Amino acid sequence: MKHMEQLLYLIPLLPFLGFAITGLFGKTLSKTIVGSIATTMVFVPFVLSTLLFFNLNHEHTEFYQNVYNWIHYAGLNINISFIVDPLSVMMMMIITGIGTLIHIYSMGYMHDDEGFYKFFAYLNLFIFSMLLLVMGANFIVMFFGWEGVGLCSYLLIGFWFKNKDYGKAARKAFIMNRIGDLGLLIGIFIIWNQYGSFEYADVFKSASMGGGSTALTIATFCLFIGAMGKSAQIPLYTWLPDAMAGPTPVSALIHAATMVTAGIYMIVRSSVLYNLSPDTLHFVAIIGISTSLFAAVIGLRQNDIKKVLAYSTVSQLGLMFLALGVGAYTSAMFHLMTHAFFKALLFLGAGSVIHAMSGEQDMRRMGGLKDKIKITYWVFTIGTFAICGFPILSGFFSKDEILAAVFAESPFLWVLAFISSMITGIYMCRMYFVTFYGSFRGTKEQEHHLHESPSNMTIPLMILAFLSVVGGFLNLPHLVGEGAAQKLAEFLHPIFKYTSVSMLELDETTEIALMVLTTIGVLTVIYFSYKIYTKDASLPKEDHELKGLEKVIAHKFYIDELYDTLFVKPITWLGGFTHNIIEKRGIDGIVNGIGSSVRFSSTMVRLLQNGNIEYYYLGLTIAIVFIFILKLIL
Amino acid sequence: MAIILLFLPLLFALIHFLFKGDFAKKTALISSLIVLGCNIVLLTQFDSNHSFNFIEHSPWIHDLGISFDLGIDGLGMLMLLLTNVLVPVIIYSSFGDERKNSSVFYALILLMQFGLNGVFMALDGILFYMFWEITLIPIWLICAFWGAEDRIKITMKFFIYTFFGSLFMLLALIFTYSQTSDHSFALQSLYNANLSGTGLYFVYGSLFLGFAIKMPVFPFHTWQPDTYTTSPTQGTMLLSGIMLKMGIYGVMRWMLPLAPEASPSVAKWLMILSIIGIVYASIIALQKNDIKRIFAYSSIAHVGMIAAGLFSLSIDGWQGATFQMIAHGVNIVGLFFIVHIIEKRIQTRDLTHMGGIAKVAPKFAVFFMIITLGSMAVPLTDGFVGEFLLLKGIYNAHMWAGIIAGTSIILCAVYMLRVYQLSMFGETNSLTSTFTDINMQETIVLAIIAILVLVLGIFPNIIFELVNNSVQSIFQLTL
Repeated sequence: MKHMEQLLYLIPLLPFLGFAITGLFGKTLSKTIVGSIATTMVFVPFVLSTLLFFNLNHEHTEFYQNVYNWIHYAGLNINISFIVDPLSVMMMMIITGIGTLIHIYSMGYMHDDEGFYKFFAYLNLFIFSMLLLVMGANFIVMFFGWEGVGLCSYLLIGFWFKNKDYGKAARKAFIMNRIGDLGLLIGIFIIWNQYGSFEYADVFKSASMGGGSTALTIATFCLFIGAMGKSAQIPLYTWLPDAMAGPTPVSALIHAATMVTAGIYMIVRSSVLYNLSPDTLHFVAIIGISTSLFAAVIGLRQNDIKKVLAYSTVSQLGLMFLALGVGAYTSAMFHLMTHAFFKALLFLGAGSVIHAMSGEQDMRRMGGLKDKIKITYWVFTIGTFAICGFPILSGFFSKDEILAAVFAESPFLWVLAFISSMITGIYMCRMYFVTFYGSFRGTKEQEHHLHESPSNMTIPLMILAFLSVVGGFLNLPHLVGEGAAQKLAEFLHPIFKYTSVSMLELDETTEIALMVLTTIGVLTVIYFSYKIYTKDASLPKEDHELKGLEKVIAHKFYIDELYDTLFVKPITWLGGFTHNIIEKRGIDGIVNGIGSSVRFSSTMVRLLQNGNIEYYYLGLTIAIVFIFILKLIL
Repeated sequence: MAIILLFLPLLFALIHFLFKGDFAKKTALISSLIVLGCNIVLLTQFDSNHSFNFIEHSPWIHDLGISFDLGIDGLGMLMLLLTNVLVPVIIYSSFGDERKNSSVFYALILLMQFGLNGVFMALDGILFYMFWEITLIPIWLICAFWGAEDRIKITMKFFIYTFFGSLFMLLALIFTYSQTSDHSFALQSLYNANLSGTGLYFVYGSLFLGFAIKMPVFPFHTWQPDTYTTSPTQGTMLLSGIMLKMGIYGVMRWMLPLAPEASPSVAKWLMILSIIGIVYASIIALQKNDIKRIFAYSSIAHVGMIAAGLFSLSIDGWQGATFQMIAHGVNIVGLFFIVHIIEKRIQTRDLTHMGGIAKVAPKFAVFFMIITLGSMAVPLTDGFVGEFLLLKGIYNAHMWAGIIAGTSIILCAVYMLRVYQLSMFGETNSLTSTFTDINMQETIVLAIIAILVLVLGIFPNIIFELVNNSVQSIFQLTL
């Protein structure tokens, strides 16, 4: 397989070429050709990733390619190099696999958009960046991808740039990500200072031999700041719900399935460092569970179906960070994968609903859609039940694994995580039943236009629905049997070669008890949600009817307003103050002051030159006398 | 060889002073391309393992120890390339404009090119000073004759301020000369001069003043925003793209290696000063509405970062500063050309009057975006390489300095995206609805810049292969 190793660069290069071709010539090509080129440039890497996947085994745990020397001088050497190990290949398959489906879906969804070719160019650029992120063999290449995906996210959120609010949402996303990026960059600098290298292999090897230190704790903390930005955790989460301004396939691909999981990937990648920094891990767990609960509560009072999904993404990511915080790296990756399946499904399904409803996103204006758009309804059902954790669907297994790991670490955290899961169930069912059951509440015109989406949209949905059902079987609980059943854990095992992932094992009875408990919880939630939300009488209230706590929640706890008062306004004010007072009156005042004092003194001196010869004699005499006196004194 | 590269622009400048006519644009462009060709010939013969190539040495004013010493090392070659690549771009960028006395205008640009080439080749203190001042006169005339409102007062301030700084530089050079054992202004003799006590700090401080005003570094920057805003576009490009690099180059070649003994106690404070400047300028840029002024302040911020990298006295800071000089030169010329395009079409630079341009001018929007990304230091653009190395150097020198300087990458994103959003996004208004997309000439200029932004960002080693030896050896002298 040596020759394969030399071709790793093709995987990110293809989507980059796709970006260049569709971006430069897309305007002159037909939509079908543009869409096909872009899709192929993602599908081929998927095939290649799958090939790599089948060639990774116990003897051969990674492929590595050094593509070229990026910077080299005495004291620093940075290569553009790629690594494909179980962790990256898993991410690559999710990115390119779901990416391909979303490309196909977008050919239908974006068909009438004038920026069609631009959309596909950006999507390809995104896939390229994301592949750099997960394939990079050092922190620098990862950082390229890291900022690159932020940029694509910016471009795609602001895709319909004529709308001012969308432009603002795009800017907010980029800047919040940049705050995180600075943290990540500082973390990378600390790592360099500690280990003298950016290469994963060197850093992790040295770290595993060196042990923990305060510097390492700070470094991992800084890296986590990066993760907070990219994966929308408290306090840098507010950009993600606003990011829903982008076209729906973008929300599915970038803001649910792939980009926002970059933080999870990065921490799993650096698990050696994190295992040596237990303090940071505790912090990760606390941020994770707080975000999970907080976002879930906000999700309860959102009526825009995309916003509900956005908050549920934030909440699920929080759950994954909680898993990382308790050291359950594999469980986090497991949930990352199943979440990618069902969240992509839900978003694309929501897109299909919005498509059917002629652009309507508010669930209060929907209702009764289950008979109108049957395929969408069925796949949406699967997605909703999967995220709720309905038994044997993918979300059930992955969430269960996280809950079990959390219980082993701390039963208190388990209670919180359990509550968060139940709230997830409530708001997801609320959205599901309000949208699809009850009576139709849209306009006559919308009802007239109601139609199922074309097949290039529904087929990706069905594939994702299938994955959402079976995805969980990749890693069955310990109860089913040791080893064989836990394919994913075993597959990922080689990436933990420099560290030990010793999980606290639960005994069988506790594990069964927890599983039964969550199952009962989920079934209860679904049952009562059905009872309540299918009745028209219990529809979500209109905005002006809200009061008290409901209103606070619907306004997302006024966090945006808080940030505005705390940061945006003071900095803007400071800018004005700096310019008007310090710059104009202070510094420039002094400079001009010196200038005008010179001019003033020259005007004064000029008065002496008045052409009156007596004055000159007088001056001369005084000078001579003065010199004599000076001579006498000295 | 170096002599030809040096005097060729002077010759062309004289020709343009003598002959007047409408063809001046084209002949000036051809002249500058010939100079560029000459520079490329030199590059092909250049050996980056030698410190100085193409050495010229002839006595000049023998009694005072002044000689006509020229030589080009990696750093010098890079600066020459920056100059001689940007000058044709700058000349070509003016092709769409009509102005009076255009042959004089181009003669002055070529004269400036002569001075700049001289600055980056001179290996004698007085010769360096002479070229340094030669560059000031044409740029001052360009701004004073073809500038906008208020130009006389503003350019006078610019002239006096920078001249004032240069005088200190001259004093420092003369003082160092007086301390040399062989009474010579030659670079090497000045390096070997025996400086100590007050004299050492006088030399260090005076040279800093001279170079800091040119760059400019906070708080010596107040001439800059007004001058950049008032100057004609080509003047602003020359000032920001090339001329300010003389200051940075000066710090690297003529200041820190000349009095390295002063660095351990002083450099740290100069780094802090530079970092204050970064944040200071970025914060001001956040709330301005004149895009030319915003880019002027962003230039202060970026240059502050370069200065901070140099004063961090780390090799990363130095290599980063070298790279960033090029990147900043490319990006800022691009940005000021963008201002030019906008102002030419809608007669205003006020952001509050813009909006929706991306809709009517999609090609323009793409180039603007690429250059914005370069300026914001997004990876795989030229801006990232420099800022990354600079921040690494500054961080290694002092943790908090690195973090505070790092906030500029956030602030830069805030103001650059604000500019982009307010001008390009949203709905068009009565002014912008008739905005025509860029024409052929504008496309060529922007494409050259955009290609440089990306190529330098993806393959930065092109630059490091040329300069890393010489930067390394100069850096050794500063320790």
